[in-house]
Amino acid sequence: MEVFSLLADGFAVALTPQNMMLAVIGCVIGTMVGALPGLGPSNGVAILIPISFSFGLDATQSLVLMTSVYYGAMYGGRISSILLNIPGDEPALMTTLDGYPMAKQGRAAEALVLSGVASFVGATFATIGLMFLAPWLAQVAFLFGPAEYFALFLLAFCTLGGMASNNQRKAAIAACIGLGISMIGLDNSSGMPRLTGGSLHLMDGVDFLVAIVGLFAVAEVFIFIESHGKESAIGVKLGKVTIPFMMIVKSFGAMVRASVVGFIAGVLPGAGASLGSFLAYMTEKAISKDKDTFGTGNPRGVAAPEAGNNAAAGGALVPMLTLGVPGSGTTAVLLALLMTLNITPGPMLFKERPDLVWGLIATLFIANFVLLILNVPLVKIFVKLLSVPPWVLLPGVTMVSFVGIYSLSGSYFDLLLMIGFGVLGYFLRKIDVPTVPIILGILLGNHMEDKLRQAMVISGGDWTYLFSSPIAIGLWIAAIVGFVAPMFLSKFLKKPSAVSD
Amino acid sequence: MKLLNQACACVLLSAGLLSQATAAECIAPANPGGGWDFTCRSISKIMHDIGAVDKPIQVTNMAGGGGGLAYTHVVNERGTDEELIVAASSATATRLAQNAYAGMTADQVKFLGAIGADPGVLVVGKDSPFKSLTDLLDAVKADPTSVTFAGGSAAGGFDHLKVLMALGRVGFTDISKVKYIGVDGGADAITQTIGGFTQAMTGDISEVVGFLKSGDVRVLAVFADERIAGDDFSDIPTAKEQGVDVVAVNWRGLYVPNDISDEAYNKWSDALAQVAASDEWAEAMTANGLAPFTKVGADFAGYLDGVIAEIQTLSKELGVIK
Repeated sequence: MEVFSLLADGFAVALTPQNMMLAVIGCVIGTMVGALPGLGPSNGVAILIPISFSFGLDATQSLVLMTSVYYGAMYGGRISSILLNIPGDEPALMTTLDGYPMAKQGRAAEALVLSGVASFVGATFATIGLMFLAPWLAQVAFLFGPAEYFALFLLAFCTLGGMASNNQRKAAIAACIGLGISMIGLDNSSGMPRLTGGSLHLMDGVDFLVAIVGLFAVAEVFIFIESHGKESAIGVKLGKVTIPFMMIVKSFGAMVRASVVGFIAGVLPGAGASLGSFLAYMTEKAISKDKDTFGTGNPRGVAAPEAGNNAAAGGALVPMLTLGVPGSGTTAVLLALLMTLNITPGPMLFKERPDLVWGLIATLFIANFVLLILNVPLVKIFVKLLSVPPWVLLPGVTMVSFVGIYSLSGSYFDLLLMIGFGVLGYFLRKIDVPTVPIILGILLGNHMEDKLRQAMVISGGDWTYLFSSPIAIGLWIAAIVGFVAPMFLSKFLKKPSAVSD
Repeated sequence: MKLLNQACACVLLSAGLLSQATAAECIAPANPGGGWDFTCRSISKIMHDIGAVDKPIQVTNMAGGGGGLAYTHVVNERGTDEELIVAASSATATRLAQNAYAGMTADQVKFLGAIGADPGVLVVGKDSPFKSLTDLLDAVKADPTSVTFAGGSAAGGFDHLKVLMALGRVGFTDISKVKYIGVDGGADAITQTIGGFTQAMTGDISEVVGFLKSGDVRVLAVFADERIAGDDFSDIPTAKEQGVDVVAVNWRGLYVPNDISDEAYNKWSDALAQVAASDEWAEAMTANGLAPFTKVGADFAGYLDGVIAEIQTLSKELGVIK
């Protein structure tokens, strides 16, 4: 088959000693960038671009380095999610829900190994998908207009209520706070700044990383200070490091399902990795028989979002390479890198630069194996991290996050904003409002609003346009079912603890 | 953790060192990888390579407020710094014209010049009924609701304004009726147009190259003085040829602080003119889909005043500014 001979050529490009070395370096840097809460994959790649120029790397080498960093960061994000309950980057958000409870039960090592394997499955699946289906999948982007995207985001918000199983109202309030925050910044549909108070710092909106570090890490520091370290959530039990083969086998189905969902979300340019991991988690929860254990340390709740976000990361490369449309923040930076290297991604890229495309695909496979090998033995090192006393660990992580964020924006404003989010997070913790929906609100709110208003511009204000295609109608039905079904089903599935709430 | 801390510190240190080591500085008012970053990096490098400046110029990224943070920084804190250049483009001029930089105006810095430009284009899908620019503009005149334009900038941004300028030339002035949606970048705008959700895409020629080669789109007009050289582009008619006198290019250039000496200003504009004439720059332009567009010093200032005035008029009618 042609695909395999092309892939063989790709491996010939990728398997030079220098490229292999770059892949390994990229994987290590990427894992660290992902694990540090102040640095996400897009920032990590952006910081490294000038460095790759100053080393004089050519197009293939730069791409090898950057995509290894990209995949590495997607792996690394889970580490702080599981060990510290602080997402390392935005797609790792959902991994905190079950990963951290697992760590608390002394199963940190299991959670790390399981999520590492899940990441591998998701990323491998996505790379295979990219290899066989890229040119064909590119067509999918032509089917999604504003109405379809709006319905897709709506689907995400409708299933949000089911996420916090103890109190849906509080989850809804949290999502609304997030939506409110996402309104800050330049309004795309009128070109006017909104809610910025005339400050240029707020014109680009609130950065997710600032919100994540504030709501998770800084708030945790406040709680820690208040309780003199007694009530802190940090301080999980150390367990033995064993490879949980049974658990991996049992959650394999979840990984595959999540990979499919994540990959599709990644391929859609407007959706991205965060939506991929969210939908993967919610799908897994919806079809599972033991819904109640999600959020309390269910291994499948760890495997699904990790497979989902890594598959989405690979999926996001499809529209970037075939259409030049970035499917996520990181691919936007990679796209800029390609343009600077005199490569124009687009429909002709696969024909004009097969060496580059297939070299990239081969690199993805290599990076993936390197990451799996790196991540399993490294688990021991990461778990050791937990023997560091929380009073050193927590301020240390927060400090590194501060430095990371300051190094990117170079403005103290973001730091103040982060502390503001910390205070908000502290009070929300006190009144038991979950913070995960806030981040999702910030992440998705803007896109959802833009798509709705674009749809209204196109149709001249006719709302029936929102239901004008089979895809949109399908997504609307799924959204309504996702919203309504839990209300009726809860009669049959109500757990005893819910009554006393 | 120690390991992570150290590694992180190394990365940060190396980034810090890179930006401290030399005297002259070029500020790219955006994150690495974008157009302004490219302007700073390539112009700085060529200036040093061809000997127009003695020492290497260091590039600093200062993202925020669509270039507004860097602009206020230069005006308020670096007003007399003779060793500073800042990357600028049409977006800088558009935002200044629309008071988007916290009320700062274009006369608070000195513009050095532009030495390359990405010409604007209007694009339709290959199956579109519109065969020429006139077809498209006539359709909008007849029924503004029948055509939606998609572009990579927010409403009121340069991509939107190009369409309005062209419509203004053919006598359509009810510009608030024109339907425009701002999406994430030019390629996304093309995707929406090929998908049939919007009827035409407005953007820069570098954004359509791939789709032009694959035959998925038809470029109705390029908003440049002359046709663009090169096999893929020479068939594309200019808007002027079709009787619509609009030149709308996304120029790439530099500005310097306002209160520097004439000597320093002349030193920089000479250096910029040398870059414009160099083979290295010609190569960099081809690689990035830029067309020659050299206006340095007073020539450029005159051009810029004209552009800003037109943008202000259009923006007032649109309601983007009062």
